[in-house]
Amino acid sequence: MNSYEKWVAFQTILVKEVRRYLRIWPQTLLPPAITMTLYFVIFGALIGSRIGEMGGFSYMQFVVPGLIMMAVVTNSYSNVVSSFFGAKFNHSVEELLVSPVPNWVILAGYITGGVSRGLAVAVIVTCLSLFFSDLSIHNLPLTVGIVLLTSVLFALFGFINAVFANNFDDISIVPTFVLTPLTYLGGVFYSMELLPDFWENVSRLNPLVYVVNGFRYGVLGVSDVDVSFAFGMLALFTAVAFGYCMHLLNTGKRLRQ
Amino acid sequence: MTAALSIRDLSKVYSNDVHALRGISLDVQEGDFFALLGPNGAGKSTTIGILFSLINKSGGKVEVFGIDTDKDFPGAKKHIGIVPQEFNFNLFEKVEHIVVTQGGYYGLPAELAKERAEKYLRKLGLWEKRNDRARELSGGMKRRLMIARALVHEPRLLILDEPTAGVDIEMRRSMWEFLKELNAAGTTIILTTHYLEEAESLCRNIAIIDEGSIVHHSSMRELLRQLHTEMFILDTRQEVDQDVEIPGFPCKRVDAHTLEVVKDKDQDVNELFAALSQQGIDIASMRNKANRLEEMFVSLLS
Repeated sequence: MNSYEKWVAFQTILVKEVRRYLRIWPQTLLPPAITMTLYFVIFGALIGSRIGEMGGFSYMQFVVPGLIMMAVVTNSYSNVVSSFFGAKFNHSVEELLVSPVPNWVILAGYITGGVSRGLAVAVIVTCLSLFFSDLSIHNLPLTVGIVLLTSVLFALFGFINAVFANNFDDISIVPTFVLTPLTYLGGVFYSMELLPDFWENVSRLNPLVYVVNGFRYGVLGVSDVDVSFAFGMLALFTAVAFGYCMHLLNTGKRLRQ
Repeated sequence: MTAALSIRDLSKVYSNDVHALRGISLDVQEGDFFALLGPNGAGKSTTIGILFSLINKSGGKVEVFGIDTDKDFPGAKKHIGIVPQEFNFNLFEKVEHIVVTQGGYYGLPAELAKERAEKYLRKLGLWEKRNDRARELSGGMKRRLMIARALVHEPRLLILDEPTAGVDIEMRRSMWEFLKELNAAGTTIILTTHYLEEAESLCRNIAIIDEGSIVHHSSMRELLRQLHTEMFILDTRQEVDQDVEIPGFPCKRVDAHTLEVVKDKDQDVNELFAALSQQGIDIASMRNKANRLEEMFVSLLS
């Protein structure tokens, strides 16, 4: 395939992905809007008003970046895992595998689809947060960079999950038992300074800590971790995950016999 | 002439140590209508799966129009259109979207993909259904949708894995006509089927595969020439005796008015009629018991 044909193939995969999640928007775009509004109301407005300041900001301002990232992580992951596993399950993935589309284009198409849903949800949640709190961006390039890298990373994780999943239970196990707990323990609702030393050190093993704090720094200018280290770790994890996804596609593991 | 498909020493050993292919070799010439036959588990689907790139081969070489798949599989894939046995499209997608999207995977710009989708959906009688979800189509329509999808990039080689399985007779005949037209226009077609009548009526060349090896590879005419006997079913005007015998022709009484008679290839039909006449048996009608290819197929595999 020449470059133009590859571009057409990439666009085709991306358009198919976007069309898919827009078609089922009550399952893809509406739930995070409702869930995050409830978080804003309950944790930000009702409980937050009694907590007072955290990290030099009102509790509502403090939790908003973490909640946006929570939505980005969950939706980027879910989009790719459900779409690619669905294609595996109904064998429509064969349409792509038999075609001349290079593996990196297949991966790029699915990941960009996941990123687009992550960003769409981020925009929705951010707009909703404006009803509850003022939002000013401390460092725009860093904020955008962290959102994009996070979205790509978790879309790649979703792809890996989809390749190894054998049934629909397998695609809900990781989000339910790994992603959600790590997000809650990643400092969305609290500053790590509140934790005893031991648990603070344990928390630093959680990659979501870097995602949440990196984004919080971009928005508010405060972070519990070194931001350049957080950005570097995200970039490293993304490169490794991309390499592993390409390995899975090139060897055809769980896709070709 | 370039071979549309050239396979040399193709082998496949699955991880459970099953030897599905034991070094098969075959050639399909450009413009051919070729049948790949074999019983279930013979290795047909594995061979087709390797050509589809859904199964990784263990050894051997495959060339499509001279392009070595080990060196440039994407280049080879551009020439291949694939109609698998099982439905493998998203049932929730609209018919037209399925075909247009497949065009996009082959790098066709959206306008051209839409044009081609319309062309083939019309030819296959699906244009009126273009806005329906695929799940709303009947089984025969789903099969035709897979053919339209396989043709959207106008491949030079079309591979169909049991394309008429589960399709009613009328629909099967119309699909045969469509495939004949396509072949006449220059598309090389490879077909696997369990309907031997289908292979006999459509295909010029044939390979029979069994237990991972090619047991026969020739023209259809050559294969049928090897068939030495033919069996006829005769409907008689009079009742025939239980112990009826026709000198020179082995026969079996099926019921009071029906006989099965075996005729050697070098015997004349007139000899059969003369022998029947000597026994005082008048024939109301006669027909072949089974299709000739089926008999040959059974004899080759037995």
